[in-house]
Amino acid sequence: MISPFNPRARSDAYGSKINRDHSSILVYGVPWVTIILACLAPMVPFIALAPLIPPLGYLFLLTWRLVRPGLLPLWAGLPLGALDDLFSGQPFGNGIFLFSITLLTLETVEMRFPWRSFLLDWLTASIALAIYLYAGFLFSGAELTSIQLRLILPQLLLSIVLFPIIARMVALLDRFRLMRIRRVG
Amino acid sequence: MNKKARFSAFTGYLVASFGMLIGVILLAVSIWQPHLFSNLRTQASDIVSPAANAGAVARDDSRSFLQVVAGYYRAGSKNAQLKREMEIARVKLAEAEAVKQENKRLKAILGLRDRDPEPVAMARLIGSTSASARRFAYLSRGRSDGVQPGMPVVAAKGLVGRVLESGDHSSRIMLLTDTESMVPVRRSTDNIVAFAEGRANGSLRIRLIDLGINPLKTGDVFVTSGAGGLFPPGVAVAVVSKITKDGAIANLLANPAATDFVAIEPQWHGNIKDLEAPSQQEDANTSGTSSEPNE
Repeated sequence: MISPFNPRARSDAYGSKINRDHSSILVYGVPWVTIILACLAPMVPFIALAPLIPPLGYLFLLTWRLVRPGLLPLWAGLPLGALDDLFSGQPFGNGIFLFSITLLTLETVEMRFPWRSFLLDWLTASIALAIYLYAGFLFSGAELTSIQLRLILPQLLLSIVLFPIIARMVALLDRFRLMRIRRVG
Repeated sequence: MNKKARFSAFTGYLVASFGMLIGVILLAVSIWQPHLFSNLRTQASDIVSPAANAGAVARDDSRSFLQVVAGYYRAGSKNAQLKREMEIARVKLAEAEAVKQENKRLKAILGLRDRDPEPVAMARLIGSTSASARRFAYLSRGRSDGVQPGMPVVAAKGLVGRVLESGDHSSRIMLLTDTESMVPVRRSTDNIVAFAEGRANGSLRIRLIDLGINPLKTGDVFVTSGAGGLFPPGVAVAVVSKITKDGAIANLLANPAATDFVAIEPQWHGNIKDLEAPSQQEDANTSGTSSEPNE
């Protein structure tokens, strides 16, 4: 006797495995679109009197890079950083430089230390965020005072705490990205 | 790793390093010449501003809806509203006092006309650089509405900042709390003049011009003095919260986070043109003798 067909045998978390394949638009488009949207965060009607909101564009870039290494091309920092610069209030070139150098550095470091765990990713992200925020402050043209140096600490802390949440969001988006929705054959 | 893969990895590094280099160059150029890329920025914010404006409208609507609900269910909110009105009234009183002082001064000089500037446009604040160390905000009005760089931006409770760059339908303003922002102010009750500098953490630093005994007290309200043009005189700026050696730390009166609409006013050129002619005549007439106006 033939046992009844298990409906989940021919599908997985990303949908049916028969007759369906990943859509290349989603596979490559989702990271870019989410990072672009995150770069537009300054246009949200929240008027801050002090730097408080984490740099969402950079945070999403970092998270995509750490969750899915190799998905974003190495040169992605150039266009994404330029877009971030248009809205972030930093001098133009700040994002291009910092985004690019982050991607390059992570690539080099990961080649040397290929082991990975979430805690290691979190540590990497924390170090990268600290460097990003302080370098951004240095380049911003704002007056360098001790108030400013202390002012960034809450923002940095918030960014570091936000990383696991963003990582979960990116993991969800990654599932969406790999949905098999394209019909083949 | 085969030859092709190695080659593509190599080009990846090359392009990325190239991008980084471009970033360094652009950064150096834009630190050197901050306004060089303003066209790009304003065009970008023009594109996004309709959506951002919709967001700002939604924020205001939801806020007022919540206020209505709170008004029904909480008597405390009415109390809060009264307090807020009281706050505005207090500011207005201080401004009125400043105006009185101003009038007294102006009456000394005859033939001076004194009129309130008509605002160029009313706009919503649609966003701010909340992640950056600089304090900029975005407005939903631009050149097509007559907004030009340099114009002062004023809310109901006081000065907010000045227009830095303007696109067709949006513009970028520098808030008073930016460290590069500096406004000539005076105490509302007398003529103690000072500069109000941004401190980037939401407060202002009042630096007295006349150093000596610090006459300031907590609770003193500072208004714009109109010195040097740009900002019209008599607009409320900040209230002193802490006294320091060379001045005070003051809190903003018009918190941009709590304002729905702001008015963009024309640049104040003062009555310099009106003033110049009579004062020169005066100088000519009274040359040799002291030209101090009698008190």
